[in-house]
Amino acid sequence: MGSCARGLALPVAEDQIWAIMDASSAIPAIAVENLVKRYKAATAVDGISFRLPAGTVTGLLGGNGAGKTTTIAMIMGLVAPTAGTVSVLGAQMPKQRYRVLHRMNFESPYVDMPMRLTVRQNLSVFAQLYAVRDAAGRIANLAADLDLTEFLDRPAGKLSAGQKTRVSLAKSLLNRPDVLLLDEPTASLDPDTADWVRARLERYRAETGATILLASHNMNEVERLCERVIIMKKGRIEDDDTPARLLARYGRETLEEVFLDVARGRDREAAS
Amino acid sequence: MASAHSTFEFSLNRVAAMVRRYWYLLISSWPRLLDLVYWPTVQMLMWGFLQTYVASNSGYFANAAGVFIGAVLLWDILFRGQLGFSISFLEEMWARNLGNLMMSPLRPAEFISALMIMSIVRLSIGMIPVTFLAIAFFGFNLWSMGLALAAFFVNLILTSWTIGIFVAGLLLRNGMGAESMAWTIMFLFLPLTCVYYPVAVLPHWLQYVAWSLPPTYVFEGMRALLIDHVFRSDLMLEALAFNVVLFGGAVFAFLKLLESARTQGSLLQGAD
Repeated sequence: MGSCARGLALPVAEDQIWAIMDASSAIPAIAVENLVKRYKAATAVDGISFRLPAGTVTGLLGGNGAGKTTTIAMIMGLVAPTAGTVSVLGAQMPKQRYRVLHRMNFESPYVDMPMRLTVRQNLSVFAQLYAVRDAAGRIANLAADLDLTEFLDRPAGKLSAGQKTRVSLAKSLLNRPDVLLLDEPTASLDPDTADWVRARLERYRAETGATILLASHNMNEVERLCERVIIMKKGRIEDDDTPARLLARYGRETLEEVFLDVARGRDREAAS
Repeated sequence: MASAHSTFEFSLNRVAAMVRRYWYLLISSWPRLLDLVYWPTVQMLMWGFLQTYVASNSGYFANAAGVFIGAVLLWDILFRGQLGFSISFLEEMWARNLGNLMMSPLRPAEFISALMIMSIVRLSIGMIPVTFLAIAFFGFNLWSMGLALAAFFVNLILTSWTIGIFVAGLLLRNGMGAESMAWTIMFLFLPLTCVYYPVAVLPHWLQYVAWSLPPTYVFEGMRALLIDHVFRSDLMLEALAFNVVLFGGAVFAFLKLLESARTQGSLLQGAD
């Protein structure tokens, strides 16, 4: 399939990428070790571990309740782990979060921008919170890049779902984050807008070398954007590899088929 | 690098960003601006006319000119101060914006400072016109209290922030299920702090409770000023001492509730 090479036009071969990942660079952008999150009787995340080297794009796949959002929330420091550790750019989360929060950002359908403020007001407030230099220029550039210029002085609540997603994406890119966490960034978008958003993300990664962790239900999105896929089920990691290796191992043509095999409990041998 | 991004760093720039955000919100809706003035005006007029009626039938109240109007205006500082703080905080929950803020470099102390500033801004918009209406309708000049008014104000606003901070912690921990606390908690202070009557009216055992609440000292001080024409600095200092202790307790409770919210995962579920 060669998804990552096709989508991101990487300068190295896929096997080399995986070798780089395995080498476990000195300070991975994100390191998750034996991470557990329990809510009373329910276990949302059950002892997962992974390390994401800087500059990689990784997809986090899983059905509803697989633990993707909880995992991302723990990486962001919004949720404290029950056990295990999360570090981002060398800082333990959530304890040392203020060392790195200015170098991170996120976009999620579970949070909104204040609806009565205009897009420009919203973005300028966040630019000030992140101490963005030349905030007006940065907002103008992002607006032009994300096709938001004509909406800048419109209240955020008056925008369509697609426009709101682009505003959220603009907010998440304001501080040029080194680590970008995206929770279903193209959910509820039409195919054209979703494709357009993916293109912007690809360009941002190519330009900045940022580390991106992407939770998604959209397999095409993951195939296009990600060089590594972590599949979660019931709070655990069921598989973790490059898209091409997953396809080969399960004997499937698409990641969606692989995902269905994992979700329905078909093991690799049976699937193939 | 670590020290430059510690938990205890305080940025006036980030406080200014939050104040700007709330200011945009305030001026985006004229009904909300009107609401700030409407109820204090109604209260002042009602108690003013009642005072006028009672004074014409009672020698005591004729001598205690302005006690009711003074009490209602000072009560509004206490009540509206807390409401101004809590409503600004609730705006973040209504807008589902807490996740964005909690993942930004904004520190809790900066967030609280911005809410305190906004409580004064909202209070000023609501109360200053009403104090001039009190002069026009009843010849009662709150400003003529001079330094005493400053002492009353400092103590009342400190108490209002204390309650506001505690309620914000409850909202973080329990989500919108705790919203009613923001609107009603201060009414517990109405009978206990003896806004409209002397502490001596209370049953003996309840007087101990009353004297543990800083606003009681303010309302007793106001009556001493208006009836006996004596400024009781001793009462103001005692109120200040109680306020400092309670404010510290509220900040501690807020931080503990925030920590608990991280453990319970409620920072991403503000609407629950």
